[in-house]
Amino acid sequence: MPERIADDGVPKTSAEKAGVAAVAAEIVAKAIDEEEIDVPSTGQEKPTQGIFVATEATHRKERTERIARRLLLFGTLILVLPLLAIILNLVTKALPILSLDFIWKNPGSDMVSGGIWAPLIGTIYIVFFSLLIAAPVGIMAGIYLNEYAPNNWFTRIVSLGVVNLAGVPSIVHGLFGFGALVLFAGLGKSVLAASITIAIMTMPVLITSTREALAAVPMSFRQACWNMGATRWQTIRSVVLPNSVSGILTGVILEVSRAAGETAPILFTGAAYYFAVPDNGLAKIFPYAPDEQCMALSYHLYTLSKQVSNVPPELKYGTAVVLIGLVLAVNSVSIAARVYLRSRKKW
Amino acid sequence: MSRLADRFEPGFEWLIRLSGWSAIFFVFCIFIFIFKEGGPYLWNELQYESVEKEYPAGGDAAAEVLPAVKLTELPYEVVEERLLEDLNEAGAEGRIEGFRDVRLEIGERVEVVVYLEPGTDPEKGLAQILEAHPLRQDSSHITEFFTGMEWKPESEKVRKFGIVKLLIGTLSVTFLAIFFAVPFSLGAAVYISEFCTGKVREVLKILIELLAAIPSVVWGFIGYTILNTTIMSVTGRDDGLNLLNGGIVLALMSAPIMVSLAEDALKAVPDSYREAALALGASRWQTVYKVLLPAAKNGILAAVLLGVGRAIGETMAVLMVTGHSLVIPGSLFDSVRTMTATIAAELGEAVRGGGHYRSLFLIGIVLMLITMTVNLIADLVVKGFRGREHA
Repeated sequence: MPERIADDGVPKTSAEKAGVAAVAAEIVAKAIDEEEIDVPSTGQEKPTQGIFVATEATHRKERTERIARRLLLFGTLILVLPLLAIILNLVTKALPILSLDFIWKNPGSDMVSGGIWAPLIGTIYIVFFSLLIAAPVGIMAGIYLNEYAPNNWFTRIVSLGVVNLAGVPSIVHGLFGFGALVLFAGLGKSVLAASITIAIMTMPVLITSTREALAAVPMSFRQACWNMGATRWQTIRSVVLPNSVSGILTGVILEVSRAAGETAPILFTGAAYYFAVPDNGLAKIFPYAPDEQCMALSYHLYTLSKQVSNVPPELKYGTAVVLIGLVLAVNSVSIAARVYLRSRKKW
Repeated sequence: MSRLADRFEPGFEWLIRLSGWSAIFFVFCIFIFIFKEGGPYLWNELQYESVEKEYPAGGDAAAEVLPAVKLTELPYEVVEERLLEDLNEAGAEGRIEGFRDVRLEIGERVEVVVYLEPGTDPEKGLAQILEAHPLRQDSSHITEFFTGMEWKPESEKVRKFGIVKLLIGTLSVTFLAIFFAVPFSLGAAVYISEFCTGKVREVLKILIELLAAIPSVVWGFIGYTILNTTIMSVTGRDDGLNLLNGGIVLALMSAPIMVSLAEDALKAVPDSYREAALALGASRWQTVYKVLLPAAKNGILAAVLLGVGRAIGETMAVLMVTGHSLVIPGSLFDSVRTMTATIAAELGEAVRGGGHYRSLFLIGIVLMLITMTVNLIADLVVKGFRGREHA
């Protein structure tokens, strides 16, 4: 790019400039083009740029550059625009029904009327319980693996297993939850079984994100602390954790959004087709016992669209919009937290 | 407070160790359990063994006989249901009184009380029934699982569990999705990493991240409603739930992970490469094409592989949009059925310990092995890349 070279502006006199320019132009042409260089004739329309002579090769290069840039932009837009278009589409179709009343009302027993309170609270239940199990264990396991575990073959195998398990399809976790928890352990289809299944599914990801957050704390921090005579635990508590808590929390928040949206693992472990939730009183806020099945927003969307006929479209679209809104809101919190914390990072 | 925390230091340390070990234990439980449930297929033929007969001494007017039927690997409900069916098919007005054993392990004996019609010679009658109508067989040899074309868990006579068509379904949808997704994702990764800066880049990255966060059931819903009607109106067919629909939805789902990983790979190329190329007068596109893509090719390959892994494991979306019929697709507009969708659709009906149940777990094992292989290869590809970088 001619401007770029000129910007450096080391040569002072115009003679020097011309010399540098000539060399640069030659290098440019040779580096880029295998064909021979066309020396422009003075009579052409736009033969010069600044003090440089734009050869045919340069024009071609710029043309390719423009086309490439447009194609790449096109590729990006193809990926990004559907997101916006879909959300816009869903929201406009759901608009007639979206209201606080829609969220607060229970679904009718015929599944074709009412709101989404019962599934929404069920999703919150599952997310809460799964987080209750997965977060402490996952975070502490991450601390163990990053700070305590000896660096030997066993730890490497464990790390490899954890990373690979994070990539195992969610339906396999559902299979495990159904076979091991619902049938083998005798929990039955219940909030508990669903939560444990989701917890086991999210745990590898939580362990990995915790380890990444801990590994981002420079080793010199720890060494400085150890040199002061602090023990391993004191170092972790007073230096490592305060400097990595933000990263750990971001990982936890992301897991919340994943847990809220998953359907496959709860399909056989606790999601109910319909559950009659009381319409008022405290029982409306705490409707499910741990050993009962519960409704869940993601599964509710699946049943509404695939298993029940005559559902008014806006009911389905409304459910989808609330689910997307929930997940994207949680994600935005995590993104905002990350941006804020990155700006505050001291090292 | 901090004093207190220090005093309990050993306690905390042990708590952390314990959590670490228990999490590892939990995590590996999955491998063990899935293999335990699906495994017997791998080392055992799930076929009925021959029937042993024992006759009680005092057979009376009702022609009561007490055969001891030795079965493998079948739970109580299955035995009862099938024995009844087989007896009825044989024309015997049979009634099964009960079982002495409820839970069966492999090779365990179960005793069945069968009443035959008065006048039937018990020995002959029973022998006839059981020999002419052996309990319905699962054709379930392991080679048949991997090479069998038919998947008929509900069949009357011979249930068949062959995953070839399911495997083809999964592979075709995945291939189509990757075919759609790779050019756009790589383009987007290059654009985000090399062609835009500052705010625009941040916004695009956040949008891609949000795209990755949309739950799969919502993608399924979008494919089932919006995409379905679009395909129907464009092609004029009366069903838009097919391979094409699944491919598009899966492409949109697996693109974000490819974009972000490919962008990471491009970012990992040292800036000195870019500076050198620019100093030679190369344009940005030339830098990308001649320098950055070759330098980052391992990382990009890993990104694509992880996208493949995600597409293979996707469940709810393909369950909702691919039409779920068991055929080998001949065109983009044929409906297909994937392994994940089969598990999701049928696990609820499978009886624990039965052939169907074990076949579904075996599909789970296959899925797990495929995704793990893909991930491991991606890991190795990146490691190779990094290793050379350091050297």
